[in-house]
Amino acid sequence: MEIKYIKEHTLKPNEIERYGRQLITPDIGVSGQMSLCNASVLIVGAGGLGCPVALYLSSAGVGTLGLVDYDTVEISNLHRQIGHRESSKGISKAVSLAKTISELNSLVKINTYETTFTSDTAMEIIKDYDIVVDASDNVATRYLVNDACVLTGKPLVSGSALKWEGQVTVYNYNNGPCYRCIFPTPPPVETVTKCSDGGVLGPIVGVIGSLQALETIKILTNNKEGVLSGRLLIYDGMSAVFRTVRIRGRQSGCNVCGDKPTVTQLIDYTQFCRSDYSESAGKVDDRVDKTLIITVEQFHQSIQNNHNHLLIDVRPKIQFDICSLPNSNNIPIEEIDKKESIEMIEQLIKEKVENNNGDNNINNNELSVYLVCRRGNKSQDAVKILDEKLKESRDKFKLLHIKDGLLGWNESIDDSFPIY
Amino acid sequence: MKVKIELSGGLELLFDKKKVHEIEFADKNEIPLKDLILYMRDNLLKERSELFVVDDTVRPGILVLINDADWELFGGISYNVEDKDTIIFISTLHGG
Repeated sequence: MEIKYIKEHTLKPNEIERYGRQLITPDIGVSGQMSLCNASVLIVGAGGLGCPVALYLSSAGVGTLGLVDYDTVEISNLHRQIGHRESSKGISKAVSLAKTISELNSLVKINTYETTFTSDTAMEIIKDYDIVVDASDNVATRYLVNDACVLTGKPLVSGSALKWEGQVTVYNYNNGPCYRCIFPTPPPVETVTKCSDGGVLGPIVGVIGSLQALETIKILTNNKEGVLSGRLLIYDGMSAVFRTVRIRGRQSGCNVCGDKPTVTQLIDYTQFCRSDYSESAGKVDDRVDKTLIITVEQFHQSIQNNHNHLLIDVRPKIQFDICSLPNSNNIPIEEIDKKESIEMIEQLIKEKVENNNGDNNINNNELSVYLVCRRGNKSQDAVKILDEKLKESRDKFKLLHIKDGLLGWNESIDDSFPIY
Repeated sequence: MKVKIELSGGLELLFDKKKVHEIEFADKNEIPLKDLILYMRDNLLKERSELFVVDDTVRPGILVLINDADWELFGGISYNVEDKDTIIFISTLHGG
């Protein structure tokens, strides 16, 4: 005989078994689990934040997950992007993460978008989802995701992290504020530190991503009261301090969610923020006069010819300690305009010029002062500063920044130079 | 009056890498927040002031909290800082 055990819901025995522990958790229950199973969540970014978000939401049984990422898996991602595997090196992050979570929970439907989330692609992708999770890594994408969520009326669970710290909040939920209410103007480009420059720890993005997954679950299961809207959670991992602060509510004067919005469709956020929809810097544009630039090939040739030179590496000490070119002097960009640094450089120049006159092994020609950094970005700032600060002795040497920096050295001269 | 200043999100790097600063104004009972910010710029911040202050207020991307709440809830830059207030400056993060 057939006995009817299951009550008035559509959860199947295998789902009851799988989700049992969360199903019996107060304020989830059958209705909460059904909501999760019927929900769709879009995760923008399949990196440090996107991985834990996707792992927890898929294992919690969210019906449909969308994963957006244009990037591919690199070995340097794996210390924090725990949804990828060594075997996924070189393949799409969206596809790699989809593979991991499909092995975790085959009941979840996964859509992958191997594309950059842009003003052109955002609305088409976002329309099929109930909630959006911002797990991106750059300012332009954050404004884009916010505006797309406001224009389509979807809650946005936003997380960010850098070094030992993270921040989480929910935007555009239950008449609460949006990202632009809090940050109407994008930050100046030079104040934005990327994870690839500042570093970030795996457990930090793990904590923040987990909190984003939890807020998403609260929204989906209609646990409205406790949702982190109108509040910002700040996590300082080094001090082991969580702090939740009250932030302003929806602003009637907000350009996108206010009473008289000026942004009624998506704009060009790369222009608005003066930065790309990606955190990877790629090649750096020239910002200094051509006479102050040398290529890695020319630099290599010059040291092979035993040309008299002084090499100054302007990276932070923490990076210089990992690896450096032989005979380089570390003077970090942050300190290069200080009096002591200038004096030290003047002394080094003086020694080089004097040595040059007595040393037969060094080609008797003008001294070159080379400035190098990781990508050839900060060394341009350094060359400008020194060009100004060393005015008085400028006729004694050539001042040059090495274009493409140590990454260029690795690519064009010696691939055994470590990349980090 | 005594004011506690806290810095987070990397802003502490501009302030001698110290996350907490205590300031005492012996001759005052209150001080406009704008004056406190300019005081910080001129006395605590040694260099690159444009990373903290632009046009006599904090630059875009910095959230200011007065006793754990957004300064916008207290009139923003026109707030008068009182004895024992804690003012927190947070640089918003974008990484992930």
